[in-house]
Amino acid sequence: MIRIGIDVGGTNTDAVVMSDRSVLHSVKTATTEDVMSGVLAALQGVLEGSSIDRSEVDVVMIGTTHFTNAVVQRRDLAPTAAVRLGLPATASLVPMVDWPVDLRESIGNHAYLAHGGHEFDGREISALDPEELRRIAADIAAKGIRTVAVSSVFSPVNTEMEKRARDILQESLPDAHFTLSSEIGRIGLLERENAAIMNACLRDLSRKTVRAFREALAGAGLDAPFFLTQNDGTLMSAETAEAFPVLTFASGPTNSMRGAAFLSGIKDAIVIDVGGTTTDIGALVSGFPREASVAVEVGGVRTNFRMPDVFSIGLGGGSRVTIDPVRVGPQSVGYRLTQEAHVFGGEVLTATDVAVAAGRANIGDPERVRTVDAVLVQEALAVMVAMVERAVERMRLTPEPVPVIVVGGGSILVPDRVGDLNVIRPEHFAVANAVGAAIAQISGEVDRVFSLAEMPRDEAVARAKAEAIERAIQAGADQDSTQVVDVDDVPLAYLPGNATRIRVKAVGDLSVA
Amino acid sequence: MSREPVDRIDARRLDEADIDALAIGASILGTGGGGNPYIGSLRAKQLLRSGGIIEVVPLEALAPDAVVVSVGGIGAPVVGIEKIEKGDECLQALRALEDYLGRPADAVIAAEIGGSNSIEPMITAAQAGIPVVDADGMGRAFPEVQMCTYFIYGHRPSPSAIADEKGNRVLYAQVKDMYWLERLARTTAVDMGAAAGFALAPMRGDFLQRFAVPGTVTQCLELGQAVARARAERRNVVEEVRVSQGGVRLFDGKVTDVRRELKGGFAVGRVRLEGTDANSGEKAEIDIQNENLVFRREGVVEASVPDLIIVLDADTGLSITTEVLRFGLRVSVLALPCHALLRTPEALEVIGPASFGYPEIAYRPLARERSDDATLRR
Repeated sequence: MIRIGIDVGGTNTDAVVMSDRSVLHSVKTATTEDVMSGVLAALQGVLEGSSIDRSEVDVVMIGTTHFTNAVVQRRDLAPTAAVRLGLPATASLVPMVDWPVDLRESIGNHAYLAHGGHEFDGREISALDPEELRRIAADIAAKGIRTVAVSSVFSPVNTEMEKRARDILQESLPDAHFTLSSEIGRIGLLERENAAIMNACLRDLSRKTVRAFREALAGAGLDAPFFLTQNDGTLMSAETAEAFPVLTFASGPTNSMRGAAFLSGIKDAIVIDVGGTTTDIGALVSGFPREASVAVEVGGVRTNFRMPDVFSIGLGGGSRVTIDPVRVGPQSVGYRLTQEAHVFGGEVLTATDVAVAAGRANIGDPERVRTVDAVLVQEALAVMVAMVERAVERMRLTPEPVPVIVVGGGSILVPDRVGDLNVIRPEHFAVANAVGAAIAQISGEVDRVFSLAEMPRDEAVARAKAEAIERAIQAGADQDSTQVVDVDDVPLAYLPGNATRIRVKAVGDLSVA
Repeated sequence: MSREPVDRIDARRLDEADIDALAIGASILGTGGGGNPYIGSLRAKQLLRSGGIIEVVPLEALAPDAVVVSVGGIGAPVVGIEKIEKGDECLQALRALEDYLGRPADAVIAAEIGGSNSIEPMITAAQAGIPVVDADGMGRAFPEVQMCTYFIYGHRPSPSAIADEKGNRVLYAQVKDMYWLERLARTTAVDMGAAAGFALAPMRGDFLQRFAVPGTVTQCLELGQAVARARAERRNVVEEVRVSQGGVRLFDGKVTDVRRELKGGFAVGRVRLEGTDANSGEKAEIDIQNENLVFRREGVVEASVPDLIIVLDADTGLSITTEVLRFGLRVSVLALPCHALLRTPEALEVIGPASFGYPEIAYRPLARERSDDATLRR
């Protein structure tokens, strides 16, 4: 199978062509304002470089931080209505209450509370009130808002209220997009609702962006199907991505970790991704990034997405080196590295200059760092090593030696050993994120509260597993390769009937017809 | 001339920054349980923004015959993060009591300062326009309502009241003992959707001055401020917390195993740790039952309930609740001595190791004691 993987980052757009498990060719190009021309340039570059015929390409996978950046930078966000079902409960905290003010204002701060919602045991908190919802819909229509997020108390346990509310609202808002919180998040009303609202406000941008990807593919003469990668390193269809742009939020670090696992052939490791300004350190467990256990913020908003547990430090190829005392980063020259660093004829002493001066790398003109004080070079190196060691130690799971895989453009900064751990630098390390996109699989997930008074735990887990596998296959996974990769059950304290929350994830290879 | 029921001269008004500090401190004193104070802190801040006033008074400010009611949320923590409060559940429970008594309460007090129920009494007090007392009945978190000093030292369990967001108020006019109150209130709370407001039988000012754990709101604030200060000055948060509270740093290590199971409605489990830094080469275990109960080093008990066993993230210094404990986390384990009111023979009968299923562990108090133990009035 011939696959193309593309990573659209804030600075660079990378692309790789892979034939089954081998990388045929890779390119790095600049990300463009319109996204499309950068992707087109990367596609054309990688197709020409690999001399693959366009008709041979089976599938294209795209990883992007475009939607994350839109939220972080508060741009291209649509005015959005947030409708919550739960009255009389939940009235003390309105939707978006914990958002940064500028972000809340940028989408209009349109929050509505309505009756509805469920108790933990499935009873209704109050009945849905169609008249109330019609009044809300009229107000939304009068304001000209065309994207709506609907949340309801305990909707991960029972999705029915959100669906009925959407149907009623849609009668008066026939052209609006709807995001239901139960389609996105898990237990934790504010965090799940936050994710749904962010998703809703990205719907205009997601439509444009997915169209841009489609046009770039057409422009490059490709008619292969394309997918986007999501937070957990698995794929979703272009249609799903258009409907659920928030599911791409953490795909950047996930793709680089998955790419690192693939390129090195190692499934359990610490991964260090060294960029221009920051270094991300994560942990691979059975080939997948370990997930964070605490609420993860995106653009200052708490969400409860499954996000990879990534620790970032202010160290990158462009990090500025200062003296008295010797410090490296967090300030960085970023993408201006190739103008401002000593080795490129500039005036700023960077981490890259230190690596070149120490003989670690041969980049730019090594002559230009010959005059840098040798003691300073050694001290700066020691600082960098200490920063990396401390961060790796933080992410390490066991005292047993675990390999460290280094990827990313700035990976020359990392020595061949980190503490007592060996460092592996796989081939094509600079485009690991595009490789991670190219090899992404398909997943299906279940996250629900089961009452163990009604069925034994084993049966509940078995049901959840079967359902997760079925969901993966429905999403496009090949039946034979699909398997359960994660089972997690948490007993819910204080509730009768031994309520237990069971989460299962199944993953399989993409099935190409 | 009789004095005012509450002397407000030493009252302290809390601002939004105080609420943030309080939430951090309360989650540390939650000793792994008690629920997350995040939602409560959002509600309190919203109340302040809309003109509400949270006024904290010391125990000394209470007249002997002042009527003080302890309020808090009752239910399941997981419901608390999903079915957010209407906002006046505790106030309605308080009103149910006041209606029954035929007189208003003079002040509100927390039963449990650790976790989410630290902030609820402040919200209720602000809504009712009365102060909240700088004290509580645990100085930490415990899983059940009878485990507070008020009941340990003989306070009657009735009349108490519970209320929900739908307009239901249930009054327990006559309850046999605190175990019955816990049982009846727990069942009603579940019927109400596992999230309700609870108001305990009114207490007198002079009773609280003898039997409430004093200064615990201030302690939360100090803890939160110590964490904020250490972060701002890039100092070690764990050490800052230990020094500010006169605690013992028991262990630095990594979680190597977490086992959990359900027993009688509680999350019971055991966490294994492998030492790092100064504890390199050592092994330790923490037994949990909603809260952290027992700490063992190489199989030997070094700290147990009712002393506070606190697990902090080694890097951020944030407290880690028992639900999010997981393999691979790097943690520091601190122990803080509990207040002297929690270590008397009467108290140990209710909150000692035996009452949590450890008859073989004889409680041995932590070596260091908090200075305020000396000022204890019995």
